[in-house]
Amino acid sequence: MNKCTERIYNGIVKENPTFILMLGMCPTLAVTTSAINGLGMGLSTTVVLVMSNMLISVLRNIIPDKVRVPAFIVVVASFVTIVQFLVQGFIPSLYDSLGIYIPLIVVNCIILGRAESYASKNSVVPSIFDGIGMGLGFTVGLTCIGIVREILGAGQIFGAQVLPLAENGGFGYTPITIFVLAPGAFFVLACLVAIMNVVRAKAEKKGKPLPAAQGCLAGDCASCGQSSMCTGKVNAASEKKENA
Amino acid sequence: MSDMYNVSSSPHVRSKDTTDRIMLYVIIALLPASLFGIYNFGLHALLLIVITILSCVISEWAFDKITKRKDTIRDLSAVVTGLLLALNLPPTLPWWMAIIGGVFAIVIVKCLFGGLGQNFMNPALGGRCFLLISFTGPMTSFANSKYYISQGMDAVSSATPLAALKAGESVNTMDMLIGRIPGTIGETSVIAVLIGAIFLILMGVIDLKIPATYIITFIIFVLLFGGHGFDWSYVVAHLCGGGLMLGAFFMATDYVTSPITPLGKIIFGIVLGILTGIFRIFGASAEGVSYAIIFSNLLVPLIERVTIPKPFGKGGER
Repeated sequence: MNKCTERIYNGIVKENPTFILMLGMCPTLAVTTSAINGLGMGLSTTVVLVMSNMLISVLRNIIPDKVRVPAFIVVVASFVTIVQFLVQGFIPSLYDSLGIYIPLIVVNCIILGRAESYASKNSVVPSIFDGIGMGLGFTVGLTCIGIVREILGAGQIFGAQVLPLAENGGFGYTPITIFVLAPGAFFVLACLVAIMNVVRAKAEKKGKPLPAAQGCLAGDCASCGQSSMCTGKVNAASEKKENA
Repeated sequence: MSDMYNVSSSPHVRSKDTTDRIMLYVIIALLPASLFGIYNFGLHALLLIVITILSCVISEWAFDKITKRKDTIRDLSAVVTGLLLALNLPPTLPWWMAIIGGVFAIVIVKCLFGGLGQNFMNPALGGRCFLLISFTGPMTSFANSKYYISQGMDAVSSATPLAALKAGESVNTMDMLIGRIPGTIGETSVIAVLIGAIFLILMGVIDLKIPATYIITFIIFVLLFGGHGFDWSYVVAHLCGGGLMLGAFFMATDYVTSPITPLGKIIFGIVLGILTGIFRIFGASAEGVSYAIIFSNLLVPLIERVTIPKPFGKGGER
């Protein structure tokens, strides 16, 4: 596997931002009321992610280390503004339903995390593919949650009625409203993550473990984009081995 | 070696009160309310009670089987959850909604958090609130009771006394005491609920601290903020209406989701009373007991932390 396809595989499967890294939870929980919203949010984020990864990778030797975060934010914010205007101009319905969450892509931790942990250290082409992989992983996660919530909460997929509704006392599906409300997002996310973990645990038992997300084996926490959510488990495990 | 020298580790004195025994007492105590509900609302209420209990028991059994845990349905807690949930449902609810409620109560609220003793909120009320948010229409349309139908009144549906109170109409307190009013299956008859509650108190299953502080706080709240001054009929109507009695005696006193410290129980009761008052008087809907109880359930760990009793001899230390 060459480096580019490896980055895409890494983003979608190995380090899926929604299900494995648990990054970007705010838009994940807030906008996934329907599959189309999840898809729209995921794709907008992907565009911003690819563009910002590319530019930050280009500028990585120019940006002074001490002010790198403000510099990253300026780059990300410019692309978010562009995307926001484009969505508002060409897909106004999506713009209305996503609302404040499009400008909020600026503070999405996936984008800043990838800029910090990947794009600022690697060359341009792998950074672009890292952005594509991570963005698609985010899109897949959001769309999955959106599909489940839309089926249960409205009986629809991408706006098409798949489960006929019960009308006038007839036989049919009665939407479970809670799934399009905020609690439903937590239920669905928790269940999907649980399913992912079961699959992972089963594969491990069979002796064919799925590739796990790489921890901070280097022990370089200061430059790690995920240090805020790191539990230090990987490091502890490797230390144990050394002691034994 | 004789029995006199039998060496064993503590506990040396065991109580007869096992989990299944306590649960059995609760079931017995709920029978008057259930029977009155069936009498009042007819066979569909019986069907709902049976279906809800079955869905709770079967989902607990299935969860234990699938996750390869010890079979826990014999402790009867699933039956109690099912019965309490059914008593909190309107008598005209479609049966499959009752099944969803039972499965949610047992699997999501109880089993996923580790089963009986680990659940963070009352499973029956968790299930009820899930249904209330999901199917607001069917969960808030209350069929009229048999008494009114026999009086030749509108047989389809009508407002509960609490909704009528909220709209500023007058209600018949006597009917509310006996239970000849629309409402959920088990909450309408205050007398039937109180019979069960007295049984539980006499058997030592529940302790009066939580229900008493809950009801007293609620009375004070209604007197202060109800907007009717010292109008006792208004207060009595609030006490007898809705799920206050059922909630105070059967659900707020749930061992798992109420504080274990004596002072904690009193604080818990006061929080319940204030929250119920706020929800009923200032809230958008007429009823607020179930939300008040599950909300207070979430505060229990905090209440327990600040009310840990000092061990004997540690008086001066912190």
